[in-house]
Amino acid sequence: MSRGALQTDQHPQHRAGGVLTLQDTIDRVLRLSTADACVVIARRVASVNVRWAHNTVTTNGDADEVQLSVMSIIGRRVASVTRSYFPPEQLEDIVREAEAACERRPDAPDYLPLLEGNGEPGDWGAPPADSDIHVFDPFVPQLRQLYEDARRADIATFGYSELQTATTFVATTTGVRKRYTERIGKVEITGKTPDFTRSSWVGRITHDFLDIDAREMFETLRQRLDWAGRTIDMPAGAYEVLLEPSAAADLAIGAYSFMTRRDADEGRSPYSKQGGGTRIGERLFGDVTLYSDPAEPRIEATPFHYGVDSGGASSVFDNGLDLRRTEWVGGGVLKNLIAPRYWAAKTAGTDAVPYINNLVLDGHGPSMDEMIAQTDRALLVTCFWYIRTVDPQSALVTGLTRDGVFLVEGGRVKGAVNNFRWNMSPIAALAQATQIGRSGLALPREHDEFLRSKAPALRIERFNMSSVSEAS
Amino acid sequence: MTTRAIDPTFLALPLDRLADVALDIARKRGATYADFRVERLRNHVIVARDRELQTSVEGETVGFSVRVVANGAWGFAAGVDLTVEAVSDVARRAVEVAQSLAPLNTEPVTLADEPVYHDTYVSSYEIDPFAVAEDHKINFLLTLNERALASKLIDRVTSYLLLVREQKYLASLSGSRITQQRVRVKGDFTAVRIDKSTGAFETMGNAAPPAGQGWEYFTTGYDWGKDADEIPALLEQKMASPSIAPGRYDVVIDPTNLWLTIHESIGHSTELDRVLGYEANYAGTSFATLDKLNTLQFGAPMMHVTGDRQVEHGLSTIGYDDEGVAAQTWDIVRDGVLVGYQLDRQMAHKQRFGRSNGCAFADQAGRVPLQRMPNVSLSASAKPITLNDLLSGMGDGLYIVGDKSWSIDMQRYNFQFTGQKFFQVRGGKIVGQVKDVAYQSRTTDFWNSMEAVGGPSTYVLGGAFNCGKGQPGQIAPVSHGCPAALFRQINILNTAQEGS
Repeated sequence: MSRGALQTDQHPQHRAGGVLTLQDTIDRVLRLSTADACVVIARRVASVNVRWAHNTVTTNGDADEVQLSVMSIIGRRVASVTRSYFPPEQLEDIVREAEAACERRPDAPDYLPLLEGNGEPGDWGAPPADSDIHVFDPFVPQLRQLYEDARRADIATFGYSELQTATTFVATTTGVRKRYTERIGKVEITGKTPDFTRSSWVGRITHDFLDIDAREMFETLRQRLDWAGRTIDMPAGAYEVLLEPSAAADLAIGAYSFMTRRDADEGRSPYSKQGGGTRIGERLFGDVTLYSDPAEPRIEATPFHYGVDSGGASSVFDNGLDLRRTEWVGGGVLKNLIAPRYWAAKTAGTDAVPYINNLVLDGHGPSMDEMIAQTDRALLVTCFWYIRTVDPQSALVTGLTRDGVFLVEGGRVKGAVNNFRWNMSPIAALAQATQIGRSGLALPREHDEFLRSKAPALRIERFNMSSVSEAS
Repeated sequence: MTTRAIDPTFLALPLDRLADVALDIARKRGATYADFRVERLRNHVIVARDRELQTSVEGETVGFSVRVVANGAWGFAAGVDLTVEAVSDVARRAVEVAQSLAPLNTEPVTLADEPVYHDTYVSSYEIDPFAVAEDHKINFLLTLNERALASKLIDRVTSYLLLVREQKYLASLSGSRITQQRVRVKGDFTAVRIDKSTGAFETMGNAAPPAGQGWEYFTTGYDWGKDADEIPALLEQKMASPSIAPGRYDVVIDPTNLWLTIHESIGHSTELDRVLGYEANYAGTSFATLDKLNTLQFGAPMMHVTGDRQVEHGLSTIGYDDEGVAAQTWDIVRDGVLVGYQLDRQMAHKQRFGRSNGCAFADQAGRVPLQRMPNVSLSASAKPITLNDLLSGMGDGLYIVGDKSWSIDMQRYNFQFTGQKFFQVRGGKIVGQVKDVAYQSRTTDFWNSMEAVGGPSTYVLGGAFNCGKGQPGQIAPVSHGCPAALFRQINILNTAQEGS
């Protein structure tokens, strides 16, 4: 990489007034603290991206972002200050600002003593991970070839590729020292015929672009556009559907997004039990298994809690809390709901069940090709779009199919079908899964910020396509 | 009008000196266009849940970017350290990015001309929300919640404040030097009623629009106490109301709901970058293609829609956009016909519109400016048509108030919206509420079914803080003014039936 005279262990952020690494900055903040306790979160995010349309590059970016959050705790009160620019000479002001804000706060309802730590991990002093635009170098020839192939096939491609590397440090005056580097990216391509009447999409997760085969992605697009050579108008109605993993992942994330235990306990969640309590233990999801695990291969997530705000699903007093594999749904039965320490202690007297930033919809069944071959009549759905909650009571959400809906009959794809607006609860949809394929890396189109998911193809018995969308 | 000045601590940053460094490096390394942008963004989020403060998080980001055209391609890089060394490095990286990606670029970038400006702009507000003591803001929310919870008709209340102060500095190779400061605020209040015997629950939020105003919005700009007093009884009534029978209904839509329909179906469909396919992989395209300009009957003849970046207190209102184009106002739909688009300088040149109408925006220093939505507003009737006039004109039907759920397809045809309150109207009079309502339509069908628009007394400037677009994703604040309006024979769904 080339960053001028910079050394890789010195972020330019800290050059004003002298050089401090993020770790030095954290140590200095903790020493400056005069509060009863203090939490420091430092996070560096380096990202590169390239975007294109009509087989030509449009925008791009190469950006570094750093944030320092200081949370001061006095008595049972807590306040935070977050800055993206924090030269050494400003650190004391930042700490005093957080302490002063703390003095004016009411007691925090989620107050608990901070977790006790046992010192620095072995890699604590290592520099935060980095990236730069040259990470695209192995991908640029593939893109050039993609554009040439697409032009020859009279297909316009539109796409986006990015890689983001984020290193997070958490430290407290109670001895917690945690750090982790996440690195993940994606490549997605939309292919359209020149008149925009046929459209297809394919998306892949990447960790370095070396695992991307743009030609394979293009061939998938071309196959789908060929399928759309025959178009079939279909009316609104309830259909059996085959969902590609992207669409299945969006449903799973939708179901996960309602899983805040406090909401359920308070009676304002689809997981609330009539008469009080939660629906943990009830078989709400058919045969589905849904879990999160920060160590899940290829979608590894930061294995400890970090955050500057509190809510139903998180607490600032849980910073540094270790995350472990958590089964949300097992064999269709709701097993766990997200509960920070304060809520778990208050309601269930149990350990916390923290939020984890990845999700696996488990599956060990057939491939999508095998599922198509076993199909009498169904709609094959590539991906979903614009999903929004309509009714939190029933978890009803609305959304659209996008860039490829196909009629499958007699084990074969017969042609492309119009798009639909659908209204469906993700819980009800997963409960109706009559066939679960083989789970693998999935790029959810709607929840596009949620890159760490695995999902299989799904067969859903009845999916409510509420009306026709003429979008193509 | 504001009497505020740009925060001197922002002006104290070495803006011009760093601009000189960045632009000089870009020029010497072959850039034919370059701009240097510094942004400082201050945010404060406060959430109160029932009688407790849930969170209060205050943050500030500051950073800069260099955007260039070199070898005919865009190059963009960003950093955070406001030093000559860091800016020099980022300027070199921006040119390097352009040069490394130029071989993939088949359409050399050319921008529409724009005069050179040396100017300062400050938005219209009275009290900087960051000059107000935090405990005062927290007490505002806790007092509001307490006032609502005094009613036994509701079980829960959540309220929040979002406060933003944005400062921008832009310098370009052509010579512009522009410094700007804006303030915007949003408050929200949602009550929950729970029937413990059945497990049923229902929510109702207030309809206070976000605004390009200061703290005065929470003291004299909106009647927050009225919402806290009225919503419990309205929520109880809603929960006990009959479930809607699906079918075709005439509807009067309040501006507190209609702004969002305007945003999704008119605002996004007339973004020229969508029309040209630049958002095809993400936000989508548009049915309102260039061949339909000046011919598409977008809506009924009384439909007049403008784009602007100038209306007072508008969330998209600013002096100059992020490409240094001066703020303007223009027609998008006139007499029901599509007549205009939203432009940036590259698209304005490429499609021969002449000058850009100033819609470039980046939500932070580390993001590339995209064509983003200006304030897009439906004009009120010049006649003094009141809400009661519209309800009387409708006779029987629904009166829809407040926004809630929204969704629209990627070409902006098919949409579905819900709301906070659905009043049943008989003989022009409100007779009660109904529940489980969503309206679903097709954009041009919907706007051509509009029979009447209200007069100035029904007009409200609504809007959103969080319009999403682009990859990597960016959010933009935008306002939409509109009157209440009457629509005929709209498809109404029963959401409970849809879910079953």
